[in-house]
Amino acid sequence: MPMDGGIGASTKRREDLRFLTGNGRYTDDINLRGQLYAHFLRSQVAHGRITAIDTADAAAMPGVVRIFTGADFEGVGGLPCGWQVTDKHGQPMQEPAHPVLAQGKVRHVGDPIAVVVAETAEQARDAAEAIVVDIDELPAVVDMKAALAADAPKVHDDLTSNLCYDWGFVEENKGAVDAAFSAAAHVTTLELVNQRLVANPMEPRVAVGDYDPWNDMSTLYTTSQNPHVIRLLMGAFVLGIPEHKLRVVAPDVGGGFGSKIFHYAEEAFCTFAARQLKKPVKWTSSRSEAFMSDAHGRDHVTRIELALDADNNFTAIRTETYANMGAYLSTFAPSVPTWLHGTLMAGNYKTPVIYVNVKAVFTNTVPVDAYRGAGRPEATFQLERLIDKAARELGVSPVDLRRQNFIQPDQFPYATPVAVEYDTGNYDATMDKMLELADYAGFDARAAESAKAGKLRGFGIAHYIEACGIAPSNLVGQLGARAGLYESATVRVNATGSISVFTGSHSHGQGHETTFAQVVSEMIGIDAGQVEIVHGDTSNTPMGMGTYGSRSLAVGGSALVRATNKIIAKAKKIAAHLLEAAEADIELKDGKFSVAGTDKSVDWAGVTLAAYVPHNYPLESLEPGLEETAFYDPSNFTYPAGAYGCEVELDPETGKVTILNFTAADDFGNVVNPMIVEGQVHGGLAQGIGQAMLEACAYDADGQLLTGSYMDYAMPRADDVPAYTVDHSCVTPCTHNPLGVKGCGEAGAIGSPPAVVNAVIDALHRGGHTHVTHIDMPVSPSRVWAAMQAK
Amino acid sequence: MTKVTLTVNGRSMSGEAEGRTLLSSFLRDTLGLTGTHVGCDTSQCGACVVHVDGLAMKSCTVLAQDVNGASVTTIEGMANADGSLGRVQQAFQDHHGLQCGFCTPGMVMSAAALLAENPKPTEAEIRHHLEGNICRCTGYHNIVKAVLAASGQDVSGLGVAAE
Repeated sequence: MPMDGGIGASTKRREDLRFLTGNGRYTDDINLRGQLYAHFLRSQVAHGRITAIDTADAAAMPGVVRIFTGADFEGVGGLPCGWQVTDKHGQPMQEPAHPVLAQGKVRHVGDPIAVVVAETAEQARDAAEAIVVDIDELPAVVDMKAALAADAPKVHDDLTSNLCYDWGFVEENKGAVDAAFSAAAHVTTLELVNQRLVANPMEPRVAVGDYDPWNDMSTLYTTSQNPHVIRLLMGAFVLGIPEHKLRVVAPDVGGGFGSKIFHYAEEAFCTFAARQLKKPVKWTSSRSEAFMSDAHGRDHVTRIELALDADNNFTAIRTETYANMGAYLSTFAPSVPTWLHGTLMAGNYKTPVIYVNVKAVFTNTVPVDAYRGAGRPEATFQLERLIDKAARELGVSPVDLRRQNFIQPDQFPYATPVAVEYDTGNYDATMDKMLELADYAGFDARAAESAKAGKLRGFGIAHYIEACGIAPSNLVGQLGARAGLYESATVRVNATGSISVFTGSHSHGQGHETTFAQVVSEMIGIDAGQVEIVHGDTSNTPMGMGTYGSRSLAVGGSALVRATNKIIAKAKKIAAHLLEAAEADIELKDGKFSVAGTDKSVDWAGVTLAAYVPHNYPLESLEPGLEETAFYDPSNFTYPAGAYGCEVELDPETGKVTILNFTAADDFGNVVNPMIVEGQVHGGLAQGIGQAMLEACAYDADGQLLTGSYMDYAMPRADDVPAYTVDHSCVTPCTHNPLGVKGCGEAGAIGSPPAVVNAVIDALHRGGHTHVTHIDMPVSPSRVWAAMQAK
Repeated sequence: MTKVTLTVNGRSMSGEAEGRTLLSSFLRDTLGLTGTHVGCDTSQCGACVVHVDGLAMKSCTVLAQDVNGASVTTIEGMANADGSLGRVQQAFQDHHGLQCGFCTPGMVMSAAALLAENPKPTEAEIRHHLEGNICRCTGYHNIVKAVLAASGQDVSGLGVAAE
């Protein structure tokens, strides 16, 4: 049994008390004295040249303080891109300017043109309607392949084309891959779309800029997953404010899923305007604005091929993907279809050679960047759909074909042909566990029952791997990252023994305040209630890279362990002095320091008090106080993996698919709080099922956003998803971080879309509709029905 | 501007409201009760659900002036008299029915309204009732579990979580 509140316990979340009583402090709950309100006037057309902006009438309206346009930002930096990808010829990607407010041209619906700052939000909104903008509309490019045509309109006039980069990975392997295809006994090919999604955290983005002219101090309160990253990007690249004069606070944040990683124009604007006006400036996004200004996700079009030998061993994989960047490069956009996608194309399999080609394309759409999983769902969807199709073509079981090609437990560490080394795993174990929990053996009987009722039942399998715990800084630096990806923690032990932890990780739903306290509690042996976790404010936390990519426990938790170990090491020295014993003989157990083999001991609080009231203390050799900081830079990614099973029933009269059961067997390594881990999987599954069944961000041919609200964009709701069966009992601990943890935040969203689509195809085949080999997501009733009829 | 007076969580509170001021904005911006959240602008997400004269309503669909004199219960009024979590709130904590917390006030208010009219709802009835409340974090599983538990029903049959 884990200790109460320690590692392995399903400790209830302490943060829930404020959230459940309406006492959370989200950014929109912050109102500063004398605060003004910003309203953004955004482009209603996808592409056009701004010929005039007349703000005279608007400026005269009640409450208006000032109106800003692109002209006000001419001397200000643009929004930076944090990752430079090098193309297959060794050339850097094309990197366009990204102004805070549009200058000269608008490039997507929602591109900000002007901002009204007024005394009330209503006054700002009213005045924005009185601004007259003349735009010469230009033809828009929406479709990626059309955008690459020689005569396509250019999104950016100063670039040579709409091609951001043409990436080949691993370029040196291309010849070997082509040779393997020439020699293949069987080749399976699949063309598919991984549709554009909108992250949709329930809290829309908010920014409040504040400026204290007497100290020349700017403060930005913002809905961010990584306040230090925002401070660095905005301070250094956009506004030219040095870090010590800029504080960024991300208080309670209502979900992110990637979309709140990036540095956005509205953050820079509110900080800039507050400095200009010497008053706080607040912007709160409406949901409609969020749809046209939050970075979108996915949006890949792929052709993938699998070569197999006569014994059904995978011999090569070859892919060609078009990845939509949108109109500008969002902060980490170039890395998503490349290093977060190509490196996962081996999946759980021993395929010896792989070649991945990605063409990243500018279009007149909202910028696309990381969304839960970021590149890894795209890789997994291709691979797991393709293997299912291959199994069907070869007439073998999709379970057996996977098992035959799985990397085996005795092969770890396993270097894939796409540049990563898996440290550990056991894929047969997760497959076994999933099949057992899903009662796969009883499926045929259940399918027969459905058939009697005129329904088609199908079972879909997917096995995923992801790379989490990003990332080794020296490695990502070589790959084009313009940042390090370590994490930090400061452990401040107070005089009476309580502990304040300051972490560079950021919780926006993950429950760090509870789990990080469990880690410290376990290590020292004191009650978790004695440990407070502080995050989200650059003025009191050490420089950290924030929370995304399932990295908080694997990287931030490792920094926390390292800092706590430093604390324990120093505390043992103090204890040795107090107990007049050798340091090597001091043992820490259950919050008490003892001399081995004796009954001499001093408790935790006795040592901490001595550190701060050092009357009896080795001052000649040891500093007073008990506070340590650690930075942790991982030596490798972590590699969670798991088997997912989806059981559906399909109504052949309507094409409607119902998910009856969804089973997930994950290997996350060690688990600190099982309750929270299960919750993370549930949420990921709903997002993956949402992608598979419901969600799609749609544009028309002119670049008009067709899904601009929850009336048009189908979010999964409580009656769209099943109860889930989740398991994390298959454990192969990570070998290179101190907790042996791998990360669980994105798994559900990565593994579930192919499981759902595979189940739908399985149901159709069992019903005799064997001509249907693929249906693009979302597998809506109309798409399923149309596929059934398209014989 | 018109003066609007409400009884909020048992206390009389008033403020000035424009004709267009929504009840959600009036609660948040005028009365300072920021527990009620606004997650959309098309009355879809349900983060703003409050009880008006005992009925669950999306407060973004109601004009503040139109409910002048009404009795309103918000998430701030759901705890027990001694400050401890109320029955529905406690079930949400016990069963991890919230993550980021943003949709939570609306979820709790909707769930409480369901239990008031249907004290022992089935899983399907809970899912149907919560159709107007969007959560992006939990996948709904633990919300459904929390509502079942708050109604005093067995939750062990909902999925199988291995220990």
